[in-house]
Amino acid sequence: MQNGTKTKKHVSFTLNGESVEVAFAPHKTLLEVLREDLGLTGTKHGCELGECGTCTVLVDGRSILSCLMLGLDAEGREVTTIEGMADGAELHPLQQTFADLGAAQCGYCSPGFLLAAKELLERNSKPTRDEIKETLSGNLCRCTGYIKIYEAVELAAARMRGEEFELPRESVYGCE
Amino acid sequence: MQNGSKTKPLKVVGKPFRKVDARAKCTGQTKFADDIFLPRMLYCKILRSHEPHALIKKIDIAKALALPGVISIITGRDLPISYGILPVSQDEHALCIDKVRFIGDPVAAVAAIDEDVAFDAMNLIEVEYERLQTISSIEEGLMVEEPRIHDYGDGGNVHKKVSLEFGDVDEGFAQADLVREDTFFYEGNTHLPMEQHAAVAYFDTDEKLTLWSSTQTPHYVHRALAKVLEMPASHIRVIATPNGGGFGGKSDPFNHEVVVSKLAIISGRPVKCTLTREEVFYCHRGRHPVLMHVKTGVKKDGAITAMHFTSFLDGGAYGSYGVASTFYTGALQTVTYDVPRYKFQGARVFTNKPPCGPKRGHGTPQPRYALEVHLDKIAEELNLDPAKIRKAHLVKPNSVTANYLRIGSMGLGACIDKVVEGSDWKNKFVWNRDAAVPAADSERAGGMPAYQPADRKLPCGKGIGIACSSYICGAGLPIYWNNMPQSGVQLRLDRQGGVCVMCGSIDIGQGSDSILAYIVAEVLGIDPFDIRVVTADTDLTPVDLGSYSSRVTLMTGNAAIQAAERARELLTLAVAEKLQAPIENISFAERRVFDVENPETGVTFAEAVVLAESKFGTIGTVGSYTPPRSPGKYKGAGVGPSPAYSYSAAVAEVDVDPATGIVTVERIWIAHDIGKSINPALVMGQVEGSVYMGLGEVLMEEMAYRANRNVVHKFPSMLEYKSPTTMEMCDVKTYLIEDPDPNGPFGAKEVGQGPLLPVPPAIANAVYNAVGVRIDEIPITPEKVLKALREKDRGRNSRFGPESVPSIVWPEPLRVPTPAEGGDGRELPRVAVHS
Repeated sequence: MQNGTKTKKHVSFTLNGESVEVAFAPHKTLLEVLREDLGLTGTKHGCELGECGTCTVLVDGRSILSCLMLGLDAEGREVTTIEGMADGAELHPLQQTFADLGAAQCGYCSPGFLLAAKELLERNSKPTRDEIKETLSGNLCRCTGYIKIYEAVELAAARMRGEEFELPRESVYGCE
Repeated sequence: MQNGSKTKPLKVVGKPFRKVDARAKCTGQTKFADDIFLPRMLYCKILRSHEPHALIKKIDIAKALALPGVISIITGRDLPISYGILPVSQDEHALCIDKVRFIGDPVAAVAAIDEDVAFDAMNLIEVEYERLQTISSIEEGLMVEEPRIHDYGDGGNVHKKVSLEFGDVDEGFAQADLVREDTFFYEGNTHLPMEQHAAVAYFDTDEKLTLWSSTQTPHYVHRALAKVLEMPASHIRVIATPNGGGFGGKSDPFNHEVVVSKLAIISGRPVKCTLTREEVFYCHRGRHPVLMHVKTGVKKDGAITAMHFTSFLDGGAYGSYGVASTFYTGALQTVTYDVPRYKFQGARVFTNKPPCGPKRGHGTPQPRYALEVHLDKIAEELNLDPAKIRKAHLVKPNSVTANYLRIGSMGLGACIDKVVEGSDWKNKFVWNRDAAVPAADSERAGGMPAYQPADRKLPCGKGIGIACSSYICGAGLPIYWNNMPQSGVQLRLDRQGGVCVMCGSIDIGQGSDSILAYIVAEVLGIDPFDIRVVTADTDLTPVDLGSYSSRVTLMTGNAAIQAAERARELLTLAVAEKLQAPIENISFAERRVFDVENPETGVTFAEAVVLAESKFGTIGTVGSYTPPRSPGKYKGAGVGPSPAYSYSAAVAEVDVDPATGIVTVERIWIAHDIGKSINPALVMGQVEGSVYMGLGEVLMEEMAYRANRNVVHKFPSMLEYKSPTTMEMCDVKTYLIEDPDPNGPFGAKEVGQGPLLPVPPAIANAVYNAVGVRIDEIPITPEKVLKALREKDRGRNSRFGPESVPSIVWPEPLRVPTPAEGGDGRELPRVAVHS
């Protein structure tokens, strides 16, 4: 590697609602900048090739794969990571339902799923099961078989709409 | 009475509490190994062999060392001591010394100030190889004696040969009304945890080493490090970080763990190594490809008279758990249906591919698939309903099998009933020997008119299939021989009422930290979220052998009950004295300790601890668990015994498109005999996750190698290694059967692995029911289905699968009389053979 390419670049953007300034080598991905230069390790990586969805974050409200976006391209944008999903000490409804229903087993893919689901619910407050599946089809999870994730998104969506929503008993205890 | 049942009614056990670590995982607070950043930390990259089988003639690190920012480079000479998970297979070096055995074998390691420098330096290391002939398949492993991949084993490139016979199998076949033989192949696949393996080591100025690693087995890593680094184990601390998925893939001591430790010792700085996804594919230790032959004799009603099972395992380049895997391909055939006489022969070969090891179900999904499809064929030949034939011949609870496995509770009958009823089996299933292609497709089928059998119940192209299975709840024996407990729990109660539970177990997502909290909370009458759980730290926590063999809930659960009951006893004595109440009246609930006959009279839990500490001194208790001894005493009896066996039954409904061969699994009904759910929500998650993983294995996942040299991994990436996304995952209807087992904590049995097992054969049987072709090879890809359908259209054999198994010389079987024959669990003395 040529030394010249290592000269750090200075970038400013909004991260979880706060403005940040950070200097890093220009080839670094947003994933690397978040984890290594800003210390936000909540964003995970599963392949660093754009194949698994684990590193999903929101940029200007849209979910993107942070392993495929250069940190330089964050200049002036609004980036939301898992660390910025809760409202202070109050967990986002999706975080609550993911935790309560067991949608996070090992939890490694959870930040990516949570942010992808957050984007979905912001543009579609009442997604069907098929819409949830389609939206989350770019995120891989090896633990859950996805079912608890669908249920957590549906429950959170209902709560965000202010509706009563009873999870079927069979989801928790199995069928009679 | 099972352990823990003294506590009634249950307040925590059986309730769907959230996991104790769930919120941390949903907020990004959980620290996985790669999330650890330490001051002055160095980054490590490992140079891996691009040769599948070669002698290392020379390694030149001069150019790499000269690169600015490189701190240290090590090669195999720096770590000359071998290691391996099993005492009988200490065949790995952290960095290869003289020889590489597969593409991906580690050769040299660099520590540098950042990852980019480490990467550049790695590419400047020059290695001169001398190529050797490669061994790429089971057949080559059996036939090619030289060159040997390893200089140990059962001759040539055979790692292990096993031959066991329980009772006179030939006599059993002679009594049968039907003897059927089938051949199957189950392709290898890999765990694909979302988290890439990572490890960070730090060597402090007091010459103590700390290793953080995403490992399922910190205790075994601890032992391996002490051996390879030639350091006292007391100077080594292994902390297993929460695993971002394990599935068995993080159960071996790994070269990168040894390498960062060595580099930390040399450099005096923290060193991190995070594997790339490609490297994770090379680490592997996944599902063995297994070629199998099964011969079974049955009576007209389907009762088995004898079974002879033969398996050939492609082990890859190292031993890993392979000896155990080999035994496991033959161990659990006897625990579902009664098999009065049983013979098993198994052989594992070394090949120049990434090493295979334990993946969810360890060595048992392959034979289970073979057995359940074989049984389906037998049922059809006898014209019996495949659900009924299974249910009619179940192993009895509280019995001992022909191979000396002691069965406790056995809920498989109830499982079968549930899935049969739930799936409406009776109105959907009929043998469709002539299952035809749908009318729309008849043109492609050579203009033959579409044929719908008069008694067909499902539309053409749709089919239904059933399969059953069983799995161990922890291996009866530890990996290295010892008389100590397999699991230990320590409790510390402080005078403010705080309870800390410490255990060597590691949470890999299955919820083992939570299980500890739930059980201790249940026994002490407090809230699980009052409890601090400290796990998987060899400096702080008593040994638990690790998260493998579905052992954690049963073993740590029993140890936790013992520790908590001992603490409760101390508190009971102190509170009884204070309340002037009889000891047997003292009860624990809702953070109070009180007199059951006079519930208003009592103290808070925190006050109870103060009373106990005043009376007895600092309150700390321990609990431990050792599995019961197995009745089997023969050589090889160590694999298969377990304190309990879980049972599962599954029905799959599929849609097969005859034009493309694409199999769509529409729904799985699965019933699992859990004994007792410690937390039903977590049990449901494990069942659904197991179904998902079984679905991936049966339809698409495969460790495939390029045809040209057959040992180059075809696609070590997540894009090309196909695994189910949300779009492929099927609907799942789960039934939990609670039949408490006397050996389980509160009666609980395992759920992490067992429910995977019936999924591949249930789907394979459903494919046959849908379109009348037998795919006797996993995965069932569209290509295989299409090929079989074309053959069927031409009136030829409509089966896709291996034709035969290699003919090899087996050792004389170890003959063990069965319990029914009055055997005592020992083998018969060998009879001298004169030739």
